[in-house]
Amino acid sequence: MAGKGRGVGAFTFNIDALGIGRGNMPEARVGPSPLFPNTDFKPVPLKAGEDEDYMLALKQEMRGTMQRLPHNIKPQSNKAEVERYTERYLKQSQIDDNEWTPDWNLFPKELMPRRKRPRAKTGTKKSAKISRKDAENILTKLDELANKDDPEKSDEETEKKPGNKDEEEEIEEEEYEEEDIEEENDYIESYFDNGEDFAADSDDNMDAEATY
Amino acid sequence: MTAQEVRLCGLLLREHFGEVVEKVGTHLLKCGAQNLRTIIHETGLSVDLVKKSLCVLVQHGASTFSSGRKGPGSPTEYHASCDRILRILRYPRYIYTAKTLYGDTGELIIEELLQRGHTTMSSTVKTVADRLTQNMAEGLTMDYSEVSSTFSKLVETHFLQRCPPLPRVGNKDSSAPSETPATPGTPAAPVNTAPPTPESFPECYKVPSVTLIGRGKRQLASEDGEEQRSAKRAKMDPQTHGDEGIYWQVNFERFHLHFRDQTIISAVANKLDQTSSEIVRTMLRMSEVTTSPMATCTKPLSANEIFRSLPPSYNILRPILDQYLTLLVDDPMEFVGKAGESGGGMFVVNLHRALANLARATLESVVQERFGSRSARIFRLLLRKRHLEQKQVEDFAMIPAKEAKDMLYTLLSQNLVQLQEIPKTPDYAPSRTFYLYTVNQLPTARMLLQSCYKTVANLVERRLFETKESKRLLEKSQRIEAILASLQVSGAEPEQLTEVEEMITAPEKQQLDTLRLHINKLDSAENQVDETIFLLESYINSTNASS
Repeated sequence: MAGKGRGVGAFTFNIDALGIGRGNMPEARVGPSPLFPNTDFKPVPLKAGEDEDYMLALKQEMRGTMQRLPHNIKPQSNKAEVERYTERYLKQSQIDDNEWTPDWNLFPKELMPRRKRPRAKTGTKKSAKISRKDAENILTKLDELANKDDPEKSDEETEKKPGNKDEEEEIEEEEYEEEDIEEENDYIESYFDNGEDFAADSDDNMDAEATY
Repeated sequence: MTAQEVRLCGLLLREHFGEVVEKVGTHLLKCGAQNLRTIIHETGLSVDLVKKSLCVLVQHGASTFSSGRKGPGSPTEYHASCDRILRILRYPRYIYTAKTLYGDTGELIIEELLQRGHTTMSSTVKTVADRLTQNMAEGLTMDYSEVSSTFSKLVETHFLQRCPPLPRVGNKDSSAPSETPATPGTPAAPVNTAPPTPESFPECYKVPSVTLIGRGKRQLASEDGEEQRSAKRAKMDPQTHGDEGIYWQVNFERFHLHFRDQTIISAVANKLDQTSSEIVRTMLRMSEVTTSPMATCTKPLSANEIFRSLPPSYNILRPILDQYLTLLVDDPMEFVGKAGESGGGMFVVNLHRALANLARATLESVVQERFGSRSARIFRLLLRKRHLEQKQVEDFAMIPAKEAKDMLYTLLSQNLVQLQEIPKTPDYAPSRTFYLYTVNQLPTARMLLQSCYKTVANLVERRLFETKESKRLLEKSQRIEAILASLQVSGAEPEQLTEVEEMITAPEKQQLDTLRLHINKLDSAENQVDETIFLLESYINSTNASS
């Protein structure tokens, strides 16, 4: 640094070329510029006329409409019961079409919503298995404690029992899955008999069964 | 995609489509083209929500999808376009323009299409007819054919265009079922590097033959009846009208050309007089169909043609017209240029030069309003004289040296003026270098455009802040309005109405009024900053096209 010894304020070049003298340098900055600096000149007022008012009304209407359309996706919010009551007063007209389905010809197929069936199946299977396994463990432990006198017998029994239990549980699991997952309701399919089987069976077995 | 643009796009998406779509949209803007799995993983939203948001974005044209980078087999990639989302700011202007050109019917058609993204002609016509019938007097209904004719007119003047059909993504084996009937003869291009523009398809502006016979339905006032009827109507509605799969969207470029023409005409009217603006309007109207969107200037028109095409209300004499044209050519704004002598003089409208001059005027006015008229004088001087030394600036601007230095330094620190070094010796020694001040119009315009985006984003945020502050008060007033409306419908006495109205106290009413005033002002400011944005964007795009 050439000028360091002579004086801190010396410049390496002839300052007159830039047109500013040593005396009228601006003050050194002491920090970042203020967030809201003072403006010497106030901004020009907005245009106000019929066109502008109409466009303003259009803008606000459009914003309101677009927030009510099904395109507006709201994040899942858990609304308490109290909110529903006040909403009844706010919503006078129901939403046009709650569900909007796009034309899948123009959209990639991967955006189609998938049905929940496969996911639910794996979920309950796992949870069913885990809960069964826990129950199984507890039962085997109890058996072991009960049969401490006859260790050999208990071994066989316990070996058989888990084997049986597994088979039973698997059978039960499959039944459980079919019954619960066919539809999202509480009714088990096999309870409902719509008479079709009756008619079909009776036709087939007419000759086989003897008529009295 | 600058930071300001992304911020503004995020706010616009949030206001119109909700926070979920905002998250997905801003992620796509920041990170470029991505496939579905990556988006799900990086935004952390559930699969359903991401799929729905992408559907919404594609429906509105804000996002496009294409086959992956690695070839036809890789997963589809989604790409968000910043420009398209920024157009949302301009929706009120589009709707208002349609109203001035095609009346209420046109206004509602454009509004429907802007709200829904893209729809078929039949569904738009039905919805618009219903809405018009709502507002008409009792007993009158709107005929579908009137709405269809307005729709056809909009298509003929290219304000509406068909959506381009899906480019075949992936397997070439699946042919006809996925193709829309819009393009029978277009060759399939499975992997396109650039997405096809809507104009590249030959049937872009062809109105399909649609069988639409009927009148608009009026919705009755009773709520229960309405719900039942609308449920029934929804079941009966799926009738095909012969235009399934043909979707229409608004052609923004055409609207922009119209806005540009309007700006030029109003600039001429402001600078010269009404008659000159009428002449320019005639010239632009005559060259609407012959000029391509990116043209530098219109096709040459002879003075004879202009004279014949002037509107009948302006019966000026032929020599007067010639004088006006000479005035226009000599004007420093260079709106009109002379291209030859045949036919009484061939005249063109210089579109790009007009845009450049309008942008320059905008820059000058910005400097004037921010820094004062003397700084503006220095700025204009530098724009015209290109490069000047410190001493020359003081002399030409006729401003005392000290003040001139101060102003120049302020402009330099705001980056509106740049310093150019011209060395005399190769070692750039400061004592032997010229330092010249200069203004570059294009980079300064870009910088100003970015600060416009920042301005609009700040306005939106301030409006959201004000709304949030007074949320409780706004909800209360909404509830009271709803109660009032239901009471009026069921026929209540005036005392009950006044009692309900008094539930809002006087200071609260005043607070509501100030809030309403602030929000209106902020909204109106957004609309008007958008006009500046349009001008600067057109100027920058015109320089892109010609270079």
